[in-house]
Amino acid sequence: MKFGVVVFPGSNCDDDMIHVLGTVMGQDVVKLWHKETSLEGFEKGDCIVLPGGFSYGDYMRAGAIASFSPIMKSVIEFANNGGYVFGICNGFQILCETHLLPGVLLRNSNQKFICKNVFLKTETTNSAITSKLVKGKALKIPIAHADGRFHADEATLSELKKNDQILFTYCNESAKVDAQSNPNGSALNIAGICNAQRNVFGMMPHPERASENILGNMDGKALFESLISLSKVALAH
Amino acid sequence: MQATEALVTVETAKNLGLKADEYEKIIEIMGRVPNFTELSIFSVMWSEHCSYKNSITYLKKLPREGERLLVEAGEENAGLVDIGGGLACAFKIESHNHPSAIEPYQGAATGVGGIHRDIFTMGARPIAALNSLRFGDINEKHTRHLVKGVVHGIGDYGNCFGVPMVGGEVYFDKCYNQNILVNAMSVGIVKVGETVSAIADGPGNPVFIVGSATGKDGIHGATFASADLTEDSAEDLPAVQVGDPFQEKLLLEASLEAIKTGAIVGMQDMGAAGITCSTSEMSAKSKTGMVIDLDKVPTRQNDMKAFEILLSESQERMLIVAHKGKEHLLFEVFDKWDLECCEIGTVTDTGRLEYFQNGEKVADVPADPLVLGGGAPIYDREYEEPAYYAKLQEFDMDSIEEPTDLLATAKKLFATPNLVSKRWVYEQYDSMVRTNSMSRNEPSDAALVRVKGTQKALAVTTDCNSAYVYADPYIGAMIAVSEAARNIVCSGGQPVAITNCLNFGNPYDKGVYWQFVNALKGMGEACIKFNTPVTGGNVSFYNQSVYKDRTEPVFPTPTIGMLGILDDYTEQMTLNFKNEGDVIFVIGRIVDDIASSEYLRIIHEVAHSPAPYFDLEEEAHLQKVIAELIKEKMILSAHDVSDGGLFTTLVEASMQYNLGFHVNTNRDVRKDAFLFGEGQSRVVISVSSDFEDILVNHLLGQNVDFSKLGVVSKGSIQIDSQDFGPIEDWKEIHDNTLGQHMEN
Repeated sequence: MKFGVVVFPGSNCDDDMIHVLGTVMGQDVVKLWHKETSLEGFEKGDCIVLPGGFSYGDYMRAGAIASFSPIMKSVIEFANNGGYVFGICNGFQILCETHLLPGVLLRNSNQKFICKNVFLKTETTNSAITSKLVKGKALKIPIAHADGRFHADEATLSELKKNDQILFTYCNESAKVDAQSNPNGSALNIAGICNAQRNVFGMMPHPERASENILGNMDGKALFESLISLSKVALAH
Repeated sequence: MQATEALVTVETAKNLGLKADEYEKIIEIMGRVPNFTELSIFSVMWSEHCSYKNSITYLKKLPREGERLLVEAGEENAGLVDIGGGLACAFKIESHNHPSAIEPYQGAATGVGGIHRDIFTMGARPIAALNSLRFGDINEKHTRHLVKGVVHGIGDYGNCFGVPMVGGEVYFDKCYNQNILVNAMSVGIVKVGETVSAIADGPGNPVFIVGSATGKDGIHGATFASADLTEDSAEDLPAVQVGDPFQEKLLLEASLEAIKTGAIVGMQDMGAAGITCSTSEMSAKSKTGMVIDLDKVPTRQNDMKAFEILLSESQERMLIVAHKGKEHLLFEVFDKWDLECCEIGTVTDTGRLEYFQNGEKVADVPADPLVLGGGAPIYDREYEEPAYYAKLQEFDMDSIEEPTDLLATAKKLFATPNLVSKRWVYEQYDSMVRTNSMSRNEPSDAALVRVKGTQKALAVTTDCNSAYVYADPYIGAMIAVSEAARNIVCSGGQPVAITNCLNFGNPYDKGVYWQFVNALKGMGEACIKFNTPVTGGNVSFYNQSVYKDRTEPVFPTPTIGMLGILDDYTEQMTLNFKNEGDVIFVIGRIVDDIASSEYLRIIHEVAHSPAPYFDLEEEAHLQKVIAELIKEKMILSAHDVSDGGLFTTLVEASMQYNLGFHVNTNRDVRKDAFLFGEGQSRVVISVSSDFEDILVNHLLGQNVDFSKLGVVSKGSIQIDSQDFGPIEDWKEIHDNTLGQHMEN
């Protein structure tokens, strides 16, 4: 499986993703400059990662300008052809702006940037990034964002539920999903979702910051293990 | 020369912050009366901020040499330390006090931007940031306004720029009510031999300005930073710069890429005094000159005057001297990042800076006399022991009554803003981006930052208890260095060098200058003791509040930013207790002392007393003992005793895993001194009960004081069998008090 990490002007978690995918997980990974106009060399079983950061300084709206970067046309095409696309934090915001994922990410309910560990409940194992997780168990993964409040209309939210598209919800240490454990006011405590075709994933928390022993937290590594293992299965078919 | 300018007189010079004798000296250097533009150039370059004219004599007395130092202090934009394995660490701390006092959001944000630029202008990639913040009384609405603005500004800038905030300090005292202190530190990594200098070698080489356009912000900022803050200072608002972290991020990536092309001769960021400072310092260093066409500088406004362009402190700009013939390589990189890159002039061999506008020469000044080490003035100010010092020595501990209710005392003390968790602040900062922050989940006394691609980690900290420095500048500054070193040692690191941010009052005040001279003496002695030379830093005078009837300097605050190294990151030591039943010891001497403690201020309302107990030899020996215990893997945790005393230290060590402690006090000292005294040179450690005997035997041979305090409990706190309640209650106070103050 090959990974491409897109670098937008203002991306700042691109190196972290390259480190985790390449050095920690031993995968084939390359940087892709946002001005590139094709994803030549990437096939259906590969994965394009939109990393965290402040693309275009979050000007106008987080992710809004990046969604018009030249490479995004190819990324949308790649996704529509069934390729994996994984957006984290600012990457999630960009995916919502391009409508590859439904909903929108609004300013946190406390109006502040928040960086801290939170707990995530795995709502489904039926996705490429959650297949190796334990459903219902709490994972400790950090967030770092000012605009992470997931919002969608009622119809969209019930679609998400009905289609099993909610991947992660904010919860407490005992995996209880309640208002107190919702750090940013997200609808239904939603922390991460996938599209209806289940090949595009977005989440606000940063699993790449929780994938090494030296950082004192390994809870995020299983997401990458899932992605890599499931794609192997998919390719075998 | 332009004839349209107003006639320059000594009054003009005074309005620009120059003294009458300095004006005379300028005329002598120029051989004529300078025009307004030229005088403006001298005024910013000879301001305290750029020239260090009132401090350099004493800065030069600090130890500035060491086998690891790759550049001499003050020679480059930041210190450079060899960390082994072909890598070097560039690091520096700098103040942005006056701008932050006036416009906290932009003041603090541009402080962060400025210090990161100092690091990447050398070719190093910033990998960690710290900041040391001092505010006034938290019960004042104005203080909370400043805290919110500063934290928001630091957060917005640093989060977007993408460098983690890994550590620092937040301290409250009413002496900072009007004049807060915002000291920002950046730490970067570069391969040895791949650094870039701030030079302008090679007459004929082209000079470029890159990054943001030049606007009217921050004009005379350096002069503004070199005068007293007054009630009218808010009118100086245009002297505060405006930051754009997105531009800075692009500038970082583009600059590091541009260096790799080999097209760059020299590079310097534009901070204080803008184009003036970078052109003169680079030229003076290379004994060259420059011809600069100000019409080619991209500006944000039309019709900017020459002095405005020259003095503008617009952020996110760099001056680059490139190799002639390799310009296209620069253009390619800056074009990729959609940044401006404009050729504005040429290096000459005249030693002069010649600025043109509209085809006319608007200023012509020699480079060397403008800069520190060249012709900039150097003063040796008078000093005198201030009256308060002798008065403090009269403090008698016996006049302080021991509290009868220790639990109530502990609760009140523990909730003071200086001792509670600064979570409300640091959760607004991205502390984990770049995935190197080892201490975020496993806390230690200094912040540990992994160096990717190696087995190494950096240990970094900022420290200064300014109340101690006020009580005794000589001892207090020694303690600041010692505490920084102690924090690094307790984290498993070896201290290697410091950067300092010297925040003092008006240097023309003899008492303030006495504080300055003595603090630097103490700092120098401690740096020699720990073999941590000074690599550079920044001096910020004029930190004081001017009232109608009096002037009050802030506490003398020589903030120490210290760098330590772990050659193997598995030697990391953490501060938290690990298991119920582990045995708790304190290494170091427990003394009958409450001087200058938070306890004395909060519980007994004694604002000032002498510095706490301290002995430099004892401190150095303690650190040696602790370093060995960690290396030999004999202990499970190490946490130094600092603000708040032993009780606070024990609670802090217990909180992460919801453990507690059962300890006994010692009959030789007062209970309040035992629990809350801030006598220095002590470290709380925990050890598995199986290793207790081995540890004791080892320590008996070390010629060090140590006492067994008790054991780690499942979560309850008991002192001399008195129940102090569950750890959860203390954690609640610790975690939420500051937020409650701020959100009310």
